[in-house]
Amino acid sequence: MKKTHMCKLISKKTLAGDVIDMKVQFPEESKPGQFIHVSCGDGVLLRRPISICDAGADWLRFTFAVRGKGTKKLAQYNTGDFLNILGPLGNGFSIDKKGDKTPLVIGGGIGIFPLLYLSKSLGAKTEAILGFRTKDLVIMEDEFKGTCARVHIATDDGSYGHKGFVTDVLKERLAKGDISSIYACGPSSMMAAVKKIAEDENIYCQLSLEERMGCGIGICAVCVCKSKGEYVKVCQNGPTFDSKEVDFDD
Amino acid sequence: MINLEVDIAGVKLKNPIITASGTFANGREISEYYDLCELGAVCVKAITLEPRRGNKPPRIAETPSGILNSVGLQNAGLAYFMKYEIPFLRKYDTKIIANISGCTIEENCEIAKRLGNLVDLIELNVSCPNVKEGGVAFGTNPKITKEITKRVKENCAVPLIVKLSPNVTDIKEIAKAAEEGGADALSLINTILGMQIDVNTRRPTLANNTGGLSGPAVKPVAVRMAWEVSSITDLPIIGMGGIMSGEDVAEFMLAGATAVAVGTANLVNPTACVDIKKEFINYLDENNIDDVHEIIKAVKIF
Repeated sequence: MKKTHMCKLISKKTLAGDVIDMKVQFPEESKPGQFIHVSCGDGVLLRRPISICDAGADWLRFTFAVRGKGTKKLAQYNTGDFLNILGPLGNGFSIDKKGDKTPLVIGGGIGIFPLLYLSKSLGAKTEAILGFRTKDLVIMEDEFKGTCARVHIATDDGSYGHKGFVTDVLKERLAKGDISSIYACGPSSMMAAVKKIAEDENIYCQLSLEERMGCGIGICAVCVCKSKGEYVKVCQNGPTFDSKEVDFDD
Repeated sequence: MINLEVDIAGVKLKNPIITASGTFANGREISEYYDLCELGAVCVKAITLEPRRGNKPPRIAETPSGILNSVGLQNAGLAYFMKYEIPFLRKYDTKIIANISGCTIEENCEIAKRLGNLVDLIELNVSCPNVKEGGVAFGTNPKITKEITKRVKENCAVPLIVKLSPNVTDIKEIAKAAEEGGADALSLINTILGMQIDVNTRRPTLANNTGGLSGPAVKPVAVRMAWEVSSITDLPIIGMGGIMSGEDVAEFMLAGATAVAVGTANLVNPTACVDIKKEFINYLDENNIDDVHEIIKAVKIF
């Protein structure tokens, strides 16, 4: 039977401003693209879903931005404390569809976190395009450099790397004709744009979606996204979806 | 050995713990966390005649000690339920309660008729706050409550539970109407209509603007209503609203509930129902109670 785990926090770092990076002891193996559902502590009722940033045989790393009541509370835990974690949950990325040429991972802001573990699994040819609002928010560049053949950084204001959106860099990069798959995670406007570009170029594309979540295991049906005109559960049917299955029409 | 068995309109539940409709899907996911035989009954997600796609997301928001939801009765429809979900649940030694949520009286009659005796009990949902037709519109008017109960009851091969809404001035009046219509049992409460606004975006946090409030925040309201209803009827009551612990189960039973349903807690912990059951047994044990009936309606009112 599946169960929740009490996991010891073995390291905690602040990456940039409000982004917290935690590593816990974890008894189950997980796949890139899966997420954990974490109890944030007293006064916070629902768990919070957080993507898995990296994992090993007996540990797991996750990174989150402090946004609301739940993440604020979660950020107060320190090394040595125990966290109540449900997971790993959801379906991982389809690594078997990466193709023969170069796989590309594209992330915007806090959407980059699940792509680190993924890039390790996609192999040495993998390239990354990571987008941030401004230079001060650029994180994990060196880590991605360690797992990818090339890392392209874009900032909205041009203060670091390419000026503009990740989709501008994507279009330029695709011109070489050697990209065989695209894996993306970020804000929905970015995902909709990546989906369109990938489908116009006829390149396999997978998206990792986010929606406000309840149970995390498919019983409450609140975290839905639209797929072929119907609402499907992000936690259970995703969070990874073939881009062709996702409608961004509303 | 403590006697936990309770009787809801002639249907024997091995213990008083039921899942609240809409917080358990149809049991498949949770069956990976514990054996569903542990439960007194499984009350499945609301069934409509045709599949329903539900409301636009976001459908959930956390509030102080509670959650607001607006799912909008998303489900795969009656035919799918009968073909796939009943056979799945029948593998377990537990009772099945079918929550039916048709848009019209006729639709509810049709669903009840087609379910026949394939389920153990039918729960008529006249209290969903998140749909435009049917739902709470039936359950806030005593005349309509009586009429729909009577008509659906004529089509039921198994005992009928009517699920009451708290969004009324006097729940006793609605409970009485359901009893007069022929209800065999009552369940309460459904969620309380609520709203939350993000003060930065000035937008409601749910895409449906309003939603149903559940969780510990509603428990005192639910306990009060269980007590009020138990004072005017002898029908068995299934109490629910924010049950998170074994003591919460005892509280509802003291107020007059014969059984209870656990809802929001399932979203927080997949094993909530069995954890709560264990705690409830501990409570009985510590208080030297050897039959659960000893606490039903045993509140000592001032």
